[in-house]
Amino acid sequence: MNRRWLGLLVAAMVLIAAAGSPAVAQTITLNAAGATFPFPLYSKWSQVYAAEKGVQINYQSIGSGGGIRQFIEKTVDFGASDGPMTDEQVRQAGGRVLHIPTVAGAVVAVYNVPGLTIGLNFTPDVLADIFLGKITKWNDRRIVQANPGAALPSADIIVVHRSDGSGTTAIWVNYLSKVSREWKDRVGEGTSVNWPTGLGGRGNEGVAGLVRQTPNSLGYVELAYALTNKMTFGNVRNKAGQFVRPSLSSTTKAMEGALASIPADYRVFFTDPAGRDAYPVAGFTWVLIYGDQADPVKGKALVDFLWWAVHDGQKYAPTLLYAPLPKSLVARIEGTLKTVTSRGQPILR
Amino acid sequence: MDMVPVRATGDRAFQLLLAAMAAAIPLIMGAMLIALVDAGLPAIRRFGLAFFGTSTWDPVAGEFGVLPFVYGTLVSSAIALFLAVPLGLGVAVFLSELAPGWVRTPVRFLVELLAAIPSVVYGLWGIFVLVPWVRATLTPALQSSLGFLPLFTGPPLGIGMLTAGLILAIMVVPFIVAVSTEVMRAVPRAQREAAQALGATGWETTRTAVIPYARSGIAGAIFLALARALGETMAVTMVIGNVPQIKASLLAPAYTVSAVIANEFAEATSDLYVAALVYAGLVLFLVTLTVNILARVLVRRVASGPALIRE
Repeated sequence: MNRRWLGLLVAAMVLIAAAGSPAVAQTITLNAAGATFPFPLYSKWSQVYAAEKGVQINYQSIGSGGGIRQFIEKTVDFGASDGPMTDEQVRQAGGRVLHIPTVAGAVVAVYNVPGLTIGLNFTPDVLADIFLGKITKWNDRRIVQANPGAALPSADIIVVHRSDGSGTTAIWVNYLSKVSREWKDRVGEGTSVNWPTGLGGRGNEGVAGLVRQTPNSLGYVELAYALTNKMTFGNVRNKAGQFVRPSLSSTTKAMEGALASIPADYRVFFTDPAGRDAYPVAGFTWVLIYGDQADPVKGKALVDFLWWAVHDGQKYAPTLLYAPLPKSLVARIEGTLKTVTSRGQPILR
Repeated sequence: MDMVPVRATGDRAFQLLLAAMAAAIPLIMGAMLIALVDAGLPAIRRFGLAFFGTSTWDPVAGEFGVLPFVYGTLVSSAIALFLAVPLGLGVAVFLSELAPGWVRTPVRFLVELLAAIPSVVYGLWGIFVLVPWVRATLTPALQSSLGFLPLFTGPPLGIGMLTAGLILAIMVVPFIVAVSTEVMRAVPRAQREAAQALGATGWETTRTAVIPYARSGIAGAIFLALARALGETMAVTMVIGNVPQIKASLLAPAYTVSAVIANEFAEATSDLYVAALVYAGLVLFLVTLTVNILARVLVRRVASGPALIRE
């Protein structure tokens, strides 16, 4: 008696499994890991994309360095990073590596000068010299010159920087390297550097916390972080000589201004670009993929997703405080995505 | 008749099981050491022993030295123990010897609760409560009274070595209190009664009968606290200022070994950089080992001083 019931039960389970399995096979999951900066956007994309196209994207925000490592080890379907891979890393990865920009973010100078709520103007050389420890007072002649009428105290500037390795730092010091010869020679650029001066805070929240609490301090955080936390941040003079207020639109303008100088592989920090309204301290965040996909099904899903991300996906960027890509750049990325192949055949036609 | 072999087999199996468990600890230690040496090898080859004596930490140029981090780890832990040991022992003596039951139970519950708070929460509390207090209240007070000492010079930043030591002290006090209270409570009644029979006051009883008896347990409590202070990462990195420098002033920002590893590992890109961080981990491992051995030797010497009262 019992045995017959058991037999029926097993038969029923087999039937259910058989009926269910084709549907299961069609659900594609793309595994990815990398930068923390775009995580809120990528999780929004993954949620919308799963609902619209039925493709799951499982993104782990472990940091750009980890994302690049996992991408090289081929343990993920795509990596993500706030800094481009080095030539050495591309060589280690083997095969054709593509950097696909998805959105951009700006880095802003936040400060806490008691009694001062207006947006200060910073010239590039002033920013570099403050972070080099050469300008030490808020009422330094060069700061006063750029800010006539601002009540600047004679207090020491307390510089705050990130203590953890981060893409935000990479963009900031890349900018300083471009505008200051001395910075380039003495400090250089990278996700963490040997800071000539200042305190280290862990994460955007660490820097923001220190700046908020310490009178007469100055630090740098992502624009999105400064906006959500209503921090006071300064304008920066760009290449065209304009003091530009950091915003999503001035970041997108920076991408437009930099377009001619962005190389075919997009591996560049586009800081200090041309363009009258361009905010000069900004950078891409990239998705890393292999140009030749081993698995045609997953490869197709991946390229379709990226195509969607740089088109329809862009409309989710501004609400989450990321700067969307300009149309001119999207047109170039379309061309890049069309070069992705699987088993010798182009994936998109 | 056949009861004996069964029990013998059971005993043997149990003995083997326990031996295997005991062996697991040195095995894990050995495996960690091997892994650290292996992953740190590029940096060990490149910098050798100079790693310990160099103060530069420049990921861009690929120059790495661990001296300021080791200094920060040792000094912040020393400050923590300096503050936490008297406080923790005081609380433990009170709870074990003086407090009535209706005080002891809730206070011990609170102490255990303190020990269970995640360190990131201590760190956040440090940023938002302790740091402003140190900057606005403690630093001016120290500088007006002890400002002539090089220990308390510099601008009032609120973050730095002293703040890190303070937060570590708060974090390790529960360990000292919980363990010391237990060992003091375990001192037999007869010990106390004997001291009292000789006419000892309450304090004399504690000093001559309870503390010497519980000494090795108290030392264990302090080791536990020291180990936690040396390895603590999140709370320290949030308040220490993260600047690799050696300054006489305790108010100046500093850095610890565990903090630099936590801060930089995720985004370390070059192989040498990763290896240098692993090498720093190996150094922390060795520092912790050395400090523990030294502490144990010290305790043995102290313990062999006055005769212990034994049951």
